[in-house]
Amino acid sequence: MRFRTVSSPHVTRTPGVGAIMRQVLYALVPGTAALVWYFGWGTLINLGIAVAAAVGFEALMLVIRRRPVQPALSDYSAVVTAWLLAIAIPPLSPWWLTVLGVFFAIVVAKQLYGGLGYNPFNPAMVGYVVLLISFPREMTTWLPVQSLAAHHFDLLQTAQIIFTGTPLHGLGWDAVSGATPLDQVKTQLGLGHTISEIRKNSLFGDFGGKGWEWIANWYFLGGVWLLYKRIITWQIPTAMLLSLGLLAGVFFLYDPDAFASPAFHIFSGGAMLGAFFIATDPVTASTTPRGQLIYGAGIGILTFVIRTWGGYPDAIAFAVLLMNMAAPTIDYYTQPRVFGHGGRE
Amino acid sequence: MTAQAHKLWHFNGGVHPEQHKDVSTREPIEFMRLPRLVVLPLSQHIGEHCEPLVKAGDNVNKGQVIARAPGYVSAAVHASTSGRVVTVEERPVPHPSGMSAPCIVIEPDGREYWGESRLPPIEDYLNADPVTLRNRVREAGIVGLGGAAFPSAVKLNPRTEQPIDTVILNGAECEPYITCDDMLMRERAAQVLDGLRIIMHVVKAGEAVIGIEDNKPEAYQDFCAALGGSDVDGIRVVQVPTLYPTGGEKQLIKVLTGREVPSQGLPIDVGMVCHNVGTAYAIYRAVAEGEPLISRIVTVTGGGTQNPRNFEVLLGTPVGDLIDAAGGYTPEAHRLVMGGPMMGFALSDDEVPVIKGTNCLLAATREETPATPPALPCIRCGACMRACPANLLPQQLYWFARARDFDKVQDYNLFDCIECGCCSYVCPSHIPLVQYYRFAKTEIWELERERRKADQARIRHEFRQERLEREKREKAEKLARKKAALAKKPEKADAEDPKKAAIQAALERVKAKKATAGVEPKNTSDLTPEQAAQIEAAEARRAHAREKADSEGND
Ligand code: SF4
Ligand code: SF4
Repeated sequence: MRFRTVSSPHVTRTPGVGAIMRQVLYALVPGTAALVWYFGWGTLINLGIAVAAAVGFEALMLVIRRRPVQPALSDYSAVVTAWLLAIAIPPLSPWWLTVLGVFFAIVVAKQLYGGLGYNPFNPAMVGYVVLLISFPREMTTWLPVQSLAAHHFDLLQTAQIIFTGTPLHGLGWDAVSGATPLDQVKTQLGLGHTISEIRKNSLFGDFGGKGWEWIANWYFLGGVWLLYKRIITWQIPTAMLLSLGLLAGVFFLYDPDAFASPAFHIFSGGAMLGAFFIATDPVTASTTPRGQLIYGAGIGILTFVIRTWGGYPDAIAFAVLLMNMAAPTIDYYTQPRVFGHGGRE
Repeated sequence: MTAQAHKLWHFNGGVHPEQHKDVSTREPIEFMRLPRLVVLPLSQHIGEHCEPLVKAGDNVNKGQVIARAPGYVSAAVHASTSGRVVTVEERPVPHPSGMSAPCIVIEPDGREYWGESRLPPIEDYLNADPVTLRNRVREAGIVGLGGAAFPSAVKLNPRTEQPIDTVILNGAECEPYITCDDMLMRERAAQVLDGLRIIMHVVKAGEAVIGIEDNKPEAYQDFCAALGGSDVDGIRVVQVPTLYPTGGEKQLIKVLTGREVPSQGLPIDVGMVCHNVGTAYAIYRAVAEGEPLISRIVTVTGGGTQNPRNFEVLLGTPVGDLIDAAGGYTPEAHRLVMGGPMMGFALSDDEVPVIKGTNCLLAATREETPATPPALPCIRCGACMRACPANLLPQQLYWFARARDFDKVQDYNLFDCIECGCCSYVCPSHIPLVQYYRFAKTEIWELERERRKADQARIRHEFRQERLEREKREKAEKLARKKAALAKKPEKADAEDPKKAAIQAALERVKAKKATAGVEPKNTSDLTPEQAAQIEAAEARRAHAREKADSEGND
């Protein structure tokens, strides 16, 4: 009898990349739903546009690169990228903005570097940053939470705004959009107001921005799910949130009127999403346990620094990209002690 | 004495493959009938190849030495039954590459006749001279039966400057299908214990720890019963958590004692020696009953066999015969693996014989050993790193092995990889990581071999140049002396000169040799004899394939 010979091990037990990415998508659902709940249909439409564009671009690039299309598409990594981008941009972003962001994410940041696994930078964040730099106005005009909004748009109206770029009833952009709480803090501080004055604004909730704090909670829940499923490890999110919180805490204690509270930092903007879903992107993050602590802490620190003294209100994307650059070096210097190589007994 | 709980340690990583032990433990060990032919490879161990002592047509007795061990790290081969030597020729042997090697083929006469070949039993072995016992182990051709097949006598020869305080007896058996050690421990615990006592006596160790994975409660109970407790006379039976690869020598030592065998080092560096339970049993048999290593227990299992169970098998029995004894293949048989599913190698057919290191034959169905889906790119998820018991960064090793950056793979400690397969097992991208490491290791040894060869050629060339120059110089000097002699009276003392030059040349030769020692690849220097032997074996296997090509290159 003849048998096939293959190299050991002869058994495997693995969920596969596709299954892992699917778990990430599941974990994103609560936070995304909250986003829709607080800011309307726009996010959902963006999501649709982004996913369609991502799959399209990914397939196109694979064809051009003469790679098998099917296995690469079924790993869901393009969908995850698209999703992250879609929930990071303002809900009423025009459709072309989303498509452009996805283009940079998938085509430039991912496929041109060789596809999944070969990209040194987090694709979603590359897309986001390109948009932020190129279209600062569109990227920083968020909607107010629904409870504060003067105008409510149903699904159809939202779609119309997104696809035609004009708000209904002759309303100007200024009438429907607003700043994010982080934005607000930044501008108002710049105008010489104190944090306590700024916080009197109805944009703010109990510890973060109104609505934002709850969205953050749902992301946190998704993150816990990923931890439980062992898709991610605790090091990066913990280090990132801790360093952000600690740093914010020190400055807050030093001058609570000039610096927002740690809770505000953690529960506003993209901090929670970034900690569990963006900074943990395995491809671009550090891989060693100690390295992940450094990497996460780096993102936390950079986030605080850029938010406080930099030119942009939220800084997760910049912080992540900067640390992406440092990841290989961090990995190199944080290799675990190999079994039998001295050290502790 | 009441035994208090034994403290256990951890090693990083490890995996929990699905267990299939119960398949082959339902029935006791069965003695496999005499096969039609017995095929005994000359080399069944790590180390120097044996030299045949018989030729076609010879009659041999059971237990007779038919191939002798030429060196220290080697183990003789004995006839596993009486009969006539049919031929001594190249036959396929169990090896991942499917290669052939010289084998002695015996046609059994069915009499199982020992003649004078049984070694005289050593009575009162616990008071016997350790040297006598060690020589017996050597004479009996015993090698590690856990699969590595390292000559056991070498491990029983501690150096005085490195005393051994503890013997570790490896009963962990962590591969998910193999049960031969389990069954041995259940059925022959007393003899295994006696084997252990012999080992302790020979290496002068006061203590022993027997590590048994907690998925073998019967074996544990039987051992405790045979010992008269779980902690008696310095021998301790300890249950360790079921986790692959706890059965790895270094891993088991870590778990049981917290001591970490240094990289490139041996257990003896931390005052230990580790033997498999099967080896201890073989040692007992050799010492107390005078029986050389001519049989072993083999697990025949998997959904591809009709009646999975354990057999006591004569070495040299063809694998196919053994499968027949287990009722033959089922229609679902899909892959045949020698060893376990994690580290064993796939056989292309069942013609090869059972050898000393064969612990298991796994005839697996497609469901049991599914084809791996096509590999996706590494997403650097770190799952492999978390699973690696050697604490390596498998993803980096993979990256550099793929890029053929052999300097970097060594920087990332490739040679600490024990090829356990945990990384491949957990990789979500289904990358055959271990395959890349094996490839890289082979390539590095190959490069090393070529470098040595080139160095030798260069040295030869330099010496030739030097010699030519020296001759020229000497000629010139002679001429000058002659001229001088013509002018003056001749002086005797100068006649010594050529001798001086010879000494000088010898000195230079030594110097040159020393200088070339520096070009060896990283972590291949400072190897232990055991590792050196392993490497040599691998080298020899490769060399074998290209023997013909090489033979003309010699000068
Ligand atoms: S487990 Fe596989 S995909 Fe994950 S880091 Fe290791 S090699 Fe890469
Ligand atoms: S095969 Fe090597 S690299 Fe992979 S887990 Fe085992 S020791 Fe680590």
